[in-house]
Amino acid sequence: MTTLEFMQGNAACCEGALAAGCTFFGGYPITPSTEIAEQMALKMPKRGGVFIQMEDEIASIGAVIGASWTGARAMTATSGPGFSLMMENLGYAVMTETPCVVVNIQRGGPSTGQPTMSAQGDMLQCRFGSHGDISTIALVPSTVQEMFDLTVKAFNLADRFRVPAFLMSDETIGHMREKISIPDSVEIIPRKEPKPGMLIYEAEEDMVPGFPTFGKGYRAHITGLTHNERGYPEATNPELHEALVRRLVDKVESRRHEIADYDAVNTDAETVFITYGPSTRTVRQVLHDHPDETIGHLNLRIVWPFPEDTLKLFPNAKTFIVPELNLGQMAREIERHVTGQRVISMGRLGGTIHTPAELYDKVQEVA
Amino acid sequence: MVDKSLELFDCGHRACGGCGPALAAKLILKGAGEDTIIVASTGCMEVFSTPYPETAWKVPWIHSLFENAAAVASGIEASLKHNNRTEKVVCVCGDGATFDIGMLCISGAFERGHDITYICYDNEAYMNTGIQRSGATPYDASTTTTPAGKLSTGNTRPKKDLPQILASHGASYVATASVAYPMDLMKKVEKAVNTPGSCYIQIHAPCSTGWGFEGGKTIEMGKMAIECGLWVNYELENGRLVKAKKVQRVPVEDYLKAQKRFRHLFKPAPLTDEIAKIQAIADANAEKYGIDIKLKE
Repeated sequence: MTTLEFMQGNAACCEGALAAGCTFFGGYPITPSTEIAEQMALKMPKRGGVFIQMEDEIASIGAVIGASWTGARAMTATSGPGFSLMMENLGYAVMTETPCVVVNIQRGGPSTGQPTMSAQGDMLQCRFGSHGDISTIALVPSTVQEMFDLTVKAFNLADRFRVPAFLMSDETIGHMREKISIPDSVEIIPRKEPKPGMLIYEAEEDMVPGFPTFGKGYRAHITGLTHNERGYPEATNPELHEALVRRLVDKVESRRHEIADYDAVNTDAETVFITYGPSTRTVRQVLHDHPDETIGHLNLRIVWPFPEDTLKLFPNAKTFIVPELNLGQMAREIERHVTGQRVISMGRLGGTIHTPAELYDKVQEVA
Repeated sequence: MVDKSLELFDCGHRACGGCGPALAAKLILKGAGEDTIIVASTGCMEVFSTPYPETAWKVPWIHSLFENAAAVASGIEASLKHNNRTEKVVCVCGDGATFDIGMLCISGAFERGHDITYICYDNEAYMNTGIQRSGATPYDASTTTTPAGKLSTGNTRPKKDLPQILASHGASYVATASVAYPMDLMKKVEKAVNTPGSCYIQIHAPCSTGWGFEGGKTIEMGKMAIECGLWVNYELENGRLVKAKKVQRVPVEDYLKAQKRFRHLFKPAPLTDEIAKIQAIADANAEKYGIDIKLKE
């Protein structure tokens, strides 16, 4: 059974989190994500969960990490300036393998920038923003329905891989209202527990160790220092550090094609749009207006880890056009993976999204 | 003495009608004078007073981030001092920026003893993002992140005593003021900027939009808060209480009833236990600062 609703994107994100069993939200007001905290403040007490307004975003992600270690599905939501403040903690979450969900309703940056306008300027920050080598998972919704669905998915991926999962949405989708179908229940992939006899940071075949929840009888010893499989620091051991960081990266990167979530349309086309988030909607309009199947479209719902094999779904492609609300952050990644095809970046700043006409003009221009 | 006839915070800005913080800004600059550099954190005042071509500020003004006004001010002050310059450095920040996210930088600046005046315009919540609670939100106020309802009577904690915290840092001068008492406010600002070392002033600045009252009643609301003892105007010099405004106190009910943020305490039925808790806060303030006027028998 499902319930049909007409809902704001930020509210759908909140509903998705609650459906996924999120019982802890720590957050701080920031435009354009504040509605998520407000909805959580209203709904969490009724569900028996915890809503805490923290004193800033550093504290918000800190509280989320703490709650996660008690076994809670924990989340925070923010926008650019708050996301920047969270970076050290996010590296800590990667190093300690703490599952958590961080929603970033992106706005125009750098700095305070454009608080009420849309942008996708944090796409590389969520991948490379914290110091050291890390790998994380980033999901990008392009509809209110996907705000719900991908929030659920973010919790499952965070728990499965023991990483922070980012819902990298933006002001457009966050504040948009449209129809959404809410299911009575959703698939929940629980956190794996450590197998008897295994050390707390002893990885299994999938490179992910079981999660030793506080208070469940495990010898939990958690640190952001380079640690051995017992969880104790060995910060001057070169081999240990290299093996640990490689595992933290590889446990995600080696599964990138399995994690991938995308739509590939008109795969015979020579000119192909690659989009994520709001520009997906514009390209769909272009394809609707020009239904001759000559324009290809790859829509990515998960951009990190980047699923480069999806480019091979378009064997005749000569040109990839990448419209995004930044100066070409994902186009740069796509350029790393193409095999001779031209990559045209259609970066856009200012807060408004591409129009179908300008995208179609670009198709004509490159043809 | 500064020339208090100078209008250094101009009219024509975009604040709501009856904005307490806008009035505070006007009075702050009258007290500080034109030889002042303003550091403003993110917040309502930053947004409503600055959009091109209508900036209200006739003195040098810098918007920092949400959390770092006191650190930016520290740098300005230390560099000015190094060059034997004497401009006054004044932070003008909201209560969210002061009580919550900016606390770390304020603590550092006051511990180092920079010669700055940090002024918080306290409208008792994050108003710029749409009325979320802050560490300055009073007990039981309904905000969008402390919504009153069946499971909640609003904000669960009383205001953080920030003046006392900063006095404990060794602040030279700490004062509270209210936009309802403009002469007192200007005098305190003038005193602070002329007192060496770190000074703090917290200004009660009623917000008609966030508290839920008619914009014409801002001054009335400020006065009511003082008359019931929920706000006290006082001065601390080197941590010692030197002055507090005395009042013939009235019960807190009328002040609470006048604002939508406390409406749930009276409708559908009065929550007498909760109102009594708020009265106890006012009573404790009166006791602590000795504000009750003793009537002659």
